[in-house]
Amino acid sequence: MSKLFSKENKEVFVNPLNLDNPIMVQVLGICSALAVTSQLKPAIVMGLAVTIITAFSNVIISLIRNTIPSRIRIIVQLVVVAALVTIVSQVLKAFVYDVSVELSVYVGLIITNCILMGRLEAFAMMNKPWPSFLDGIGNGLGYAFILVLVGCIRELFGRGSLLGFQLIPESAYHAGYLNNGMMTMPAMALILLGCVIWLHRAYFYKEKK
Amino acid sequence: MKALRQYLDKIKPKFEPGGKLHAFQSIFDGLETFLYVPNTTSKVGTHIHDSIDSKRIMSMVVIAALPALLFGMYNVGYQNYAAAGHLADASFFDLFFFGFLAVLPKVVVSYAVGLGIEFAWAQWKHEEIQEGFLVTGILIPLIIPVNCPLWILMLAVAFSVVICKEIFGGTGMNIFNVALCARAFLFFSYPSKMTGDTVWVASNSILGFGYDLPDGFTAATPLGEIGVGANVPYSLSDMITGFIPGSIGETSVIAIGIGAIILLWTGIASWRTMGSVFGGGILMALLFKHLGMTSIDWYEHIVLGGFCFGAVFMATDPVTSARTHTGQWIYGFLIGAMALIIRVMNPGYPEGMMLAILFANMFAPLIDYYVVQANISKRMKRLTKNNK
Repeated sequence: MSKLFSKENKEVFVNPLNLDNPIMVQVLGICSALAVTSQLKPAIVMGLAVTIITAFSNVIISLIRNTIPSRIRIIVQLVVVAALVTIVSQVLKAFVYDVSVELSVYVGLIITNCILMGRLEAFAMMNKPWPSFLDGIGNGLGYAFILVLVGCIRELFGRGSLLGFQLIPESAYHAGYLNNGMMTMPAMALILLGCVIWLHRAYFYKEKK
Repeated sequence: MKALRQYLDKIKPKFEPGGKLHAFQSIFDGLETFLYVPNTTSKVGTHIHDSIDSKRIMSMVVIAALPALLFGMYNVGYQNYAAAGHLADASFFDLFFFGFLAVLPKVVVSYAVGLGIEFAWAQWKHEEIQEGFLVTGILIPLIIPVNCPLWILMLAVAFSVVICKEIFGGTGMNIFNVALCARAFLFFSYPSKMTGDTVWVASNSILGFGYDLPDGFTAATPLGEIGVGANVPYSLSDMITGFIPGSIGETSVIAIGIGAIILLWTGIASWRTMGSVFGGGILMALLFKHLGMTSIDWYEHIVLGGFCFGAVFMATDPVTSARTHTGQWIYGFLIGAMALIIRVMNPGYPEGMMLAILFANMFAPLIDYYVVQANISKRMKRLTKNNK
């Protein structure tokens, strides 16, 4: 048991949350991060979907890593990811139909998400299933965390609500407050993402003077 | 004047290293160099000095923008009194003073927020205060509608100074025109306060001047009306002198013309850019008229909306425009043509000058690059031909 939660495994899980974050540091998965974060709910669902798919595709690839011929490994990885994405997509359609309509093609496009391919190539192909699972969960949550952060800001200032609940009171609107229309556009998501990366680097990567 | 110099000299030691107020050195330095041309020069490298520095250039642009600002104030009053139907019994002073009271808060807010951020940034980074905001601060109030709320303006100024200027490295490094970025931010964030037909005429009386207009009062800009296919109720002379609804400083061609003369005479703005903006605009307007896609003549396209203001004050911004002479022709033409294309072919935007200039800003480095490369390859060819 102690081996399961050893120091290395802990690092594998924690690093992608902060110092090796797929969005903030590796700058992967930006496209979907811009597209689905205009509200909080799709951002959360998308983050969870990517977390689950990354974790389980990592485990599956890691289990069969020794049997995959290296020349066709990308195809094998894609087949595994595509199968998982189809399952998740069907589950979303069955249980949260409105969100799956909102996410539209972006659930399908998880197949081509750079974070997944990156983790499969860089980690699952050369590690055992358990660390691969932790790595997948860590990267997925690192991605989801940024999505939720950006989604919060965009929904709060763009629509005045969070998860559909009106947070900014009517009286504020009567006093002259207005929702920021640009927050609902992908352009502002890019700027916000840039600001998040800026703050993160300013805090963790001090320039040596 | 002498007393001011002596006072500055007296308090200067306090700001020098070891002095009591050394932390605020950059603020003192900024004010001192604004008031007096500094007598220190660069110590390394070879430089050609003349008596004008960037703070003096900025001051000239501010002076050139003053006619447009003053006329804008008068026109704000004029539009309010005209809409209330009391134009006949109001004096020039009434009109101007009402406009002054309506516009002044915007100028103050723009400068306070922008300079505040610049000063704080310079303190934080231990840099000298850069002078870029002197011009931006006066241009922003000129290109917004008079009914734009102040808190929105604050947000826009803060956004454009931080996101469009400081993160690129400050004055002289920005890719996009800072004043236009502020306007673009407002335009996309709060469209209901930036376009449409309820924002162009001040609708509340201030300190007893002006009149409260009824809630449903609307007055579209001429371009807005043309956009929906209506006829323009203004005469050509009104359009040229500027007695039409519009952003505060953009309406009067004459006031902008005075600014243009100042800028061209002092050599601060490039006549090539300015000329080719008009050239491009006129050419496209003639083309669209010939194709029957626009209902108004080319001269109306030129005098309406922000075309003149953009051509004179925005397109010629030396930081964001092309630097090579050939490049300036191409850059200006691109702005004029794009502005007309957006106006005529995009039903969503009755005015295209802002987007056209931001678009051309993006291409300016590319244009310069190819102009320089073309020159290099031309000379290379000549060299190889002569050596044969």
